[in-house]
Amino acid sequence: MLRRIFVRSGALALVTMGLSPSFLRRTAFALELPKAAKGKVLICLFQRGAADALNVLVPHGDAEYYRLRPNIGIARPARTAGDGGAIDLDGFFGLHPALAPLKPLWDRGMLAPIHAVGSPSATRSHFDAQDYMESGTPDVRGTQEGWLNRYLATCDTCEAGAAPTPFRAVAMTPQTPRILQGPAPAVAMNSLDAFTVRSTGGMSERLEALYRTGSADLIHSTGAETFDAVRMLREANPQRYAPEHGAEYPQSEFGQRLKQIAQLIKSNVGMEIAFADVGGWDTHINQGAATGQLANRLSDFGSSIAALVTDLDDKMDDVVIFTMSEFGRMARQNGNGGTDHGHAGAMFAIGGQVKGARVHGRWPGLAREQLYEGRDLALTTDFRTVFNEVITGHLGARSAEALFPGFAMPARLGVLG
Amino acid sequence: MKPSVRPVVAILLVLAACAPSTARITTTTTEISPSISSAADREQTADEQVAHVLSRLTFGARPGDVARVRALGVDAFIAQQLQPNRIADARLEAWLGQFETLRLSYPEMQKAYPRPAEALQRLSAGNRNSLSREDSASLRKVVEGLRRASTEVQSARIGRALITERQLDEVVTDFWLNHFSVFAGKGALERYMLAEYENTVIRPRALGKFRDLLGAVAKSPAMLFYLDNWQSAADSGRPRTQQPRLANARNRGLNENYGRELLELHTLGVDGGYTQQDVIDAARALTGWTFLPQRPNQQQMQQLAAGAARTAGSRGRSNSRTSGRVGQQRAERIIASRLPDVGKFYFNPGVHDAGAKVVLGQPFRAGRGIEDGEQLLDLVARHPATARHIATKLVRRFVSDEPPEEIVDRAAAVFTRTDGDIREVVRTIITSPEFFSSKAFRSKVKTPFEVVESALRALDAAPDPSPRTARVVEQLGQPIYGRQTPDGWPDIASEWMGTGAILNRINFGLAVGANRLPGASPTGWPGADSLASADRTAQVDGVIAAFLGGRVSPETREILITGRNPLHAGAATDGEREIPPLQGLAQVVGLAIGSPEFQRR
Repeated sequence: MLRRIFVRSGALALVTMGLSPSFLRRTAFALELPKAAKGKVLICLFQRGAADALNVLVPHGDAEYYRLRPNIGIARPARTAGDGGAIDLDGFFGLHPALAPLKPLWDRGMLAPIHAVGSPSATRSHFDAQDYMESGTPDVRGTQEGWLNRYLATCDTCEAGAAPTPFRAVAMTPQTPRILQGPAPAVAMNSLDAFTVRSTGGMSERLEALYRTGSADLIHSTGAETFDAVRMLREANPQRYAPEHGAEYPQSEFGQRLKQIAQLIKSNVGMEIAFADVGGWDTHINQGAATGQLANRLSDFGSSIAALVTDLDDKMDDVVIFTMSEFGRMARQNGNGGTDHGHAGAMFAIGGQVKGARVHGRWPGLAREQLYEGRDLALTTDFRTVFNEVITGHLGARSAEALFPGFAMPARLGVLG
Repeated sequence: MKPSVRPVVAILLVLAACAPSTARITTTTTEISPSISSAADREQTADEQVAHVLSRLTFGARPGDVARVRALGVDAFIAQQLQPNRIADARLEAWLGQFETLRLSYPEMQKAYPRPAEALQRLSAGNRNSLSREDSASLRKVVEGLRRASTEVQSARIGRALITERQLDEVVTDFWLNHFSVFAGKGALERYMLAEYENTVIRPRALGKFRDLLGAVAKSPAMLFYLDNWQSAADSGRPRTQQPRLANARNRGLNENYGRELLELHTLGVDGGYTQQDVIDAARALTGWTFLPQRPNQQQMQQLAAGAARTAGSRGRSNSRTSGRVGQQRAERIIASRLPDVGKFYFNPGVHDAGAKVVLGQPFRAGRGIEDGEQLLDLVARHPATARHIATKLVRRFVSDEPPEEIVDRAAAVFTRTDGDIREVVRTIITSPEFFSSKAFRSKVKTPFEVVESALRALDAAPDPSPRTARVVEQLGQPIYGRQTPDGWPDIASEWMGTGAILNRINFGLAVGANRLPGASPTGWPGADSLASADRTAQVDGVIAAFLGGRVSPETREILITGRNPLHAGAATDGEREIPPLQGLAQVVGLAIGSPEFQRR
């Protein structure tokens, strides 16, 4: 956060130099509010708790899989639907049956799963691994900003002459997630409804003034952003957009958050980055197989995303949905019908422009000598490779190298062509 | 204690002001002599020190607290707060008496309020379409139990922090409940164990010895359940301390969850130098640390007896007397008499991995039982990385988001020297020059819980026995026992200062001003009466004194008085639009609580 305060302090210094307040305001806006980008949207969905990639994107063609997971393995795809087997994708990989709502996206070429992907860090700590995935710097804990904030700060893709927007980056979360923390402003909200000042009669104006006294600390600067955002949201009124094309969002918190992301996209507030997260993936005990704990999580996850894609319809040409989780889980089931912390995981990229209908990445195999430290799925794709492709290939940034200091970009995977 | 404490501190301060290259020297010096700063070492003025201890060692100043601490003296106040057992707390005791579930142990909770699964099993012998009157009464009892188990413990936490005289003890208890965080949403079982966990495991040891606290947590059903250790067992093929009498289908192998978080979160810290193999061997050392969640029902009892008979048979001790129906009944009686107490820690040698282990380079002999876990806790509780990890977190809580190296070093040294005496570590921190530095003054951002508590205390509110105030804390983003992950709530500003979070805090201030906070009236606090008819300037100054520590920027004061921002630095005061005047004192209070200054402590 130090850099953020420094940037803001620059504006404050102008006041002490005797410059006029109106000049300060323009300067402050130029610093704080980026222009809307060119209509491309990236939706990042974080599965917190380490989703069990091997049961999400099932390697049913690998016999080792069934040896490692005698009780919790997802059965091979069967001829008839609904029997609890994996939903076959390419003869080797299949989706967990609870992810059936995503299968039509595969069929339409919009779903690009990536396997054996993740952070090269050896950590099996949730908190460190999430931190690394969000800072974009594995094994470096001191990084101040999230990598999406570094992207926002470069303003590589800002459109000349467009209106400034506080909504360029929005997290549908109670607190700003690590991935968006940093000098560039980002809005975090629990819900669109709650994002308002509940008062009349001059209280709101006074409170706004209290947060705009020019103090350069985090509380004042975030407060000022808040009031900008509240005003813009009131004018845009995204809640008036009902789901379209028969999209039915689950009533879950996650489903409702995706619904609100769609509303923000439709209301043209200049949103380029949206973020939401969903927990409950830390399945140490009784994770189940075709049904059970993990299946319930996946069912909510899959049908929420499917509803979002249905709702946005042809807008999906400009949208990429991108899922991530801090690491995968042990290849072998543990003593309690669950899985302990592992290494490489899986991601999904979904959008009108992604190279879908194929599973990306190199499959490292599950034989003992192929496993990472003899127990986990090995890593063949660094998550930064994929982040880079999304930022450059979809959002159109010139280069993502500055976002991932110290990382030499390998060849592209081809997720976005 | 060395006699030369004072000169060492003086040298330290000089060194601290010099180039960073001298920092290492200060570190080594201080490890010898933990220091108590004297008034002369302190950068804060006398008034600042009073405000500071009230904002850091309590959940916020109540009306009259500033005068009381000033009269008593800051150091005497600290000394008093460090001995909570000598502080009378009759009002709190009386108030807590109304919460029945607070006094019930987990087995008692189960008796008073059946668990949902059991109640469902009993429903009219499985026919859920025809509920008898008894069934519906039983179901109502279940729902009531779940509700009371989760809401009373929350209301009690809020009320306690509001009215206890043992404020520092409560702050440290809050710290440990967050350090050893458990999650109500883990299941009904967890909720039934929260009160017992808080009041018999954490609270009595908050200022005690760390090893004692760690051991009590490790044996608490609440933690055993939350981090799954109660189900962890030796992997098949491993030697066991004792042949398992029962073929328990659920206990089938190792679960690393608690072993990992014990090292990463509870003791060494993520940089504590442990490996994945240490995690595995720690988890193996803790196999068999479990509890019985409930008495087996008749069907389970029969299965257990059958299993026991088979095991006995396979060892060649079977005879005609133990076979058949009579044998089965006898086996059931034996099992019933040997069952551990429900809801109490017990060590199950039948699932303990008795193989040799090595954790952090220390060998654990093969063939042992519960000693493995005890040795592990001894090892990690006294490890230097643990001293540093705990010291860093306590300094972050009491001093600053960015803990100064020197005080962390000294606090860690005290931790080691006193064998983890938490009271002495806390004393070292809250009497240090770093604690009383200008940099530390008002540098922390309040958590949502602290925002609500400090508002309630400044308003001299009556504690709310209903669940409503807990909902307010939840809406602000910090539900009590609602942290799903075992890392606890964050303790740094950037984690609490998002746009949505600030909006919630602003709306909280507005709700207080509109008299919508239970037990608290914006015009009911001592001093409000005399201000009610005073002019706006006097009202604002009175509110600043009572709610904002007596000090705000001239701009803030101006805005509170006139509504105008002297800087014109925002769109709100654009143009010449007239801002409606405030209605009265209540609104001034609402603005103060929603203001940026109120978010700090």
